[in-house]
Amino acid sequence: MIENINPGLIDWSRAQFALTAIYHWLFVPLTLGLSFLVAMMETIYVRTGKEEWKRLTRFWMTLFGINFAIGVATGIILEFEFGTNWSNYSWFVGDIFGAPLAIEGILAFFLESTFVAVMFFGWNKVSRKFHLLSSWLVAIGASFSALWILVANAWMENPVGMVFNPDTVRNEMMNFWAVLFNPVAVDKFLHTISSGFVLASMFVMGISAWFLIKKREELLAKRSILIAGIFGLASSLFLAFTGDSSARTIARIQPVKFEAFEALSDGKQNAPLVAFGVLHGSGEKIGGKELPNFIFKIEIPDLLSVMTSGNKDAYVPGLKDHIEGNSDKGILSVIEKAERGKIARQTLLDYKKAKENKDNEQIGVLLKKFQDQGFRDNYFKYFGYAFINSPEEVIPEIYGAFYSFHLMVILGFLFILIFSLALIFLFNGTIGSKRWFLWILLFSIPLPYLASELGWILTEMGRQPWIIQDLMPVKIAVSNISADSVKTTFFLFVFIFTALLIAEISIMLKQIRLGPKH
Amino acid sequence: MNSLNQFFATFIRIYIDGFRNLSSWGRKVWLIIIIKLFVIFAILKLFFFPDFLGRKYNNDIQRSEYVRNQILNSSDKND
Repeated sequence: MIENINPGLIDWSRAQFALTAIYHWLFVPLTLGLSFLVAMMETIYVRTGKEEWKRLTRFWMTLFGINFAIGVATGIILEFEFGTNWSNYSWFVGDIFGAPLAIEGILAFFLESTFVAVMFFGWNKVSRKFHLLSSWLVAIGASFSALWILVANAWMENPVGMVFNPDTVRNEMMNFWAVLFNPVAVDKFLHTISSGFVLASMFVMGISAWFLIKKREELLAKRSILIAGIFGLASSLFLAFTGDSSARTIARIQPVKFEAFEALSDGKQNAPLVAFGVLHGSGEKIGGKELPNFIFKIEIPDLLSVMTSGNKDAYVPGLKDHIEGNSDKGILSVIEKAERGKIARQTLLDYKKAKENKDNEQIGVLLKKFQDQGFRDNYFKYFGYAFINSPEEVIPEIYGAFYSFHLMVILGFLFILIFSLALIFLFNGTIGSKRWFLWILLFSIPLPYLASELGWILTEMGRQPWIIQDLMPVKIAVSNISADSVKTTFFLFVFIFTALLIAEISIMLKQIRLGPKH
Repeated sequence: MNSLNQFFATFIRIYIDGFRNLSSWGRKVWLIIIIKLFVIFAILKLFFFPDFLGRKYNNDIQRSEYVRNQILNSSDKND
């Protein structure tokens, strides 16, 4: 029996996952970054023995603790959603997704129950050095914990290191190291944790600026700006570097996503990079989908060719190349990929029939086929295209991808400017008198949150229609459940997460107003 | 063995002392954590997020058969 999936169910399931992930990501990056800042401040305390550094450490540790406590376990809900709303997907990914998430869960539990406890309860109960070690282990462990989630997410962008088992209909891990060192995972991990470092640095600078505006705790505020400014500047430069590397990897592995966030319809040599632009409909269509054009744009000549290939004369393919194909450049069209996908799907169907007929010889032949590298690289790789109805279906939402990407990049460069100015004003001794700049620092606190969320929106929206790149479209990944139940939990989550956010902000604001303890 | 016991004893003591001397914000966030964990595991998981395949089928063979049919039937619709 064919079970019909309601398109509304797909949209609500996606909306619910997006909502949960966006809220979850409000807590995580501050934990990632602030844990390192606290560990650095405590290191200075342990090395110098000066009590004011201890006060500083404990103040920021309190804010870290509030964020950590409110955010803890919000990610578990995402795992619930996999099992309920995305059961076909959860089954299909098999142990690939389960193994990294299990490691993350064990690691997080171990960390949270031991070293975080020493960090908060262990002052004056363990030696200074052991306490410092615990703080560093919490910081390193938080990033290490994020690594496994990002490895799992990267596999969805670039499925590697596995073999499909037609018996279980699951992908089975064949090469753990290929999964771990997936180029998308490496880029994603470095880019994501450095974005957390930038966010936390801006958070520390913004709150320190508030103390300077109020003329309270000025020495401690300036010291915080010093540490956060240096860490933030180094991290934001590294963020730009990893962003560049990540874009190059996406151009190679997920070219349609890359072309969408560059709004690149036609491939070209000496391709310029659009620093910013405003899009409108061009009137030109692929199938039912209209391609955008620019009302205006600021371009940097040749830079896109240089960024993607290291050569200004290099050809950068556009959306049309990947939808309609370009035999000169060795690019398959969507229709050609769909033909290959259908052969892979037919092989699965043949396997099913062979099992039903108990045809052991045919079963053996087909099992070998699924394990054959040539079949995997040339046919199974395009398995998901068998479910694509029309070529334009593989084009993601271009406007959303383009603006998310460009706004994120602009904000990234703004952070470099803000951190640089903060350090210049701090070193020339004028930061306390530059109230306009202090207000800018304070009101800049939400900006890295915005940039970070835009990055995730780009990552996930830009991958559409795929839940697993080229292997599984979202529409066949979803469970056949009632859309009403998904709607109910969607609004329930809006309420729960908003309540948690309000609780976090109000407890934090109270602690900030109280300031460091004397 | 003695040093390991001592290590765990220290941890337990840290916990007990820590909870006895919780700060005002500490009490609030622990309350939030407990409520949150209760809502997540005792309400959301139990009533809203059952394991779809786990509840529908008794074993992995049936589950894989269901997913195979879902996938193959989806593709049939698109031919």
